Amino acid sequence: MEIKNFLFNEIGKYGANVALVEDGSQYVTYQELAQRADRMAEHIGRRCLVFLACRNVVESVVGYVGCLRNGIVPVMIGADIDAELLGDLLDNYHPAYIWTSSKSMAFTETEVYRDNRYSLYRTAYVQDYKLGEELALLLTTSGSTGSPKLVRQTRKNIAANTHSIVEYLDIMQTDRAITTLPMHYTYGLSILNTHLNVGARVILTEATLLDKRFWNLFRAEQATTFGGVPYTYEILKKLRFGRMDLPSLRYITQAGGKLVKEMAEEFNAICEEKGYQLIIMYGQTEATARMSYLPWKDAARKAGSIGIAIPGGRFSLIDVNGDEIEKPDVVGELVYRGENVTFGYAESRKDLDKPDENKGILHTGDMAKRDEDGFYYVVGRKKRFLKIFGNRVNLDEVENLLKQQGIENVCTGKDDHLIIFITDQGQEKQAVDFITNHTGISRGGFAVRYIASIPRSESGKILYSSLVVE
Amino acid sequence: MTNREKYNEAFKSVLGVEEGTLESLEYMGIAEWDSVGHMQLIAALEDTFDIMFETDDIIEFNSYAAGIDILKKYEVTL
Repeated sequence: MEIKNFLFNEIGKYGANVALVEDGSQYVTYQELAQRADRMAEHIGRRCLVFLACRNVVESVVGYVGCLRNGIVPVMIGADIDAELLGDLLDNYHPAYIWTSSKSMAFTETEVYRDNRYSLYRTAYVQDYKLGEELALLLTTSGSTGSPKLVRQTRKNIAANTHSIVEYLDIMQTDRAITTLPMHYTYGLSILNTHLNVGARVILTEATLLDKRFWNLFRAEQATTFGGVPYTYEILKKLRFGRMDLPSLRYITQAGGKLVKEMAEEFNAICEEKGYQLIIMYGQTEATARMSYLPWKDAARKAGSIGIAIPGGRFSLIDVNGDEIEKPDVVGELVYRGENVTFGYAESRKDLDKPDENKGILHTGDMAKRDEDGFYYVVGRKKRFLKIFGNRVNLDEVENLLKQQGIENVCTGKDDHLIIFITDQGQEKQAVDFITNHTGISRGGFAVRYIASIPRSESGKILYSSLVVE
Repeated sequence: MTNREKYNEAFKSVLGVEEGTLESLEYMGIAEWDSVGHMQLIAALEDTFDIMFETDDIIEFNSYAAGIDILKKYEVTL
């Protein structure tokens, strides 16, 4: 695919349209965004690696757009990242610059440029690695357990996925998306990409849905859409979303884990009554962002489904032998094909010039089935991981992190509820503190329980099935 | 237990905080009182006092002190 009108290269054409609004006080037009973005990029001046400390504020978007417009490769990290995890990432990737609002994050004194709250710091690393020609962007896969593993996304990946999403969601220039997710999270980033691509408006806020300021801003700026992970919908339910008066709202999206069927039905009914739409979607960072969506016209009769492949994509199911399953209602591993399938992972800077390892085919690790009408349903996972409030948490990784702290443990649980079984009751506080302080998993997302010993089979394999999860 | 003790207990058990820090607690002020912590705190208080918060009260409940005022509306005096 030839990349014409690559994202952000031509956003200047939207001129005086407002691109960004921040907390009702700052309005940034497309023209101004393009100028500020290029000014930041000029101070970098060459294709290199930049750590971008993401917040839902104007300068963070300026840095991101500046990088993507100018062939600079950003590593998207949360501004609230744990210092130790940041240290690991720095050691592994040796970025040339860091764009951040926090001086303490930069580990260097060399400020070379400033745009309001954000500064560009030059690091002292010697660049002993190459960036692949097509590499555009690097994203973490979980954000939670802090693995230095990054997903390598190309310009073609981002362009293909953005155009597809714009098409199936029918995103319009009059849309105003309000942020509910961080921009270093692929779902949050896709909302930013798609809206900037069509000249629409993004309302930036760091307030949560449980904060009055969020809803005041929502009404004042007349938001038309927002996205949410399953837990966002728990919050909306608690807030009695169906009783809220939100006349500007056009549609809401859901991704980042499976919304249980009952919740999907409940929200379908609310949206039907209020004249909104609920679009259920499915995706992974490895597929840039989105792979499927459930069209609103099918929402009621196909509740619980992840829908159909996005425009330009194709799903198939394979059995244990890798053969394609043709019959309906048979469970197999979900495989996706499309131009948004990323090149693969990087574990360190030495991997940044690796070629395309996926070749457009992604084995999702999710087990799914297809009904007679061609709609897909995710029924479980091949690998041991949970989604905690939208973030992927690898259970084996958490176990290993705790073991490194000298805590004997096994991890299990269900989505939004990780359970850590420890064998030494005296280590409970240590385990809680470690998970809270070093992994970013919210305190409410996990529980620590005591068991006398870890159940194992005769061959020594951990018997996860014998652990009581309620 | 007095109502104030019950109120304090909800914060301590949900957020894992010490008695001495209660007065200064604010939503998003500590890692434990994030969205998830807030949802759990609201649920714990609803159970404790057998009430059901209105939407506006859930989103205005942004500190330990603010919660005391909000509970008055539900005829819970702390």
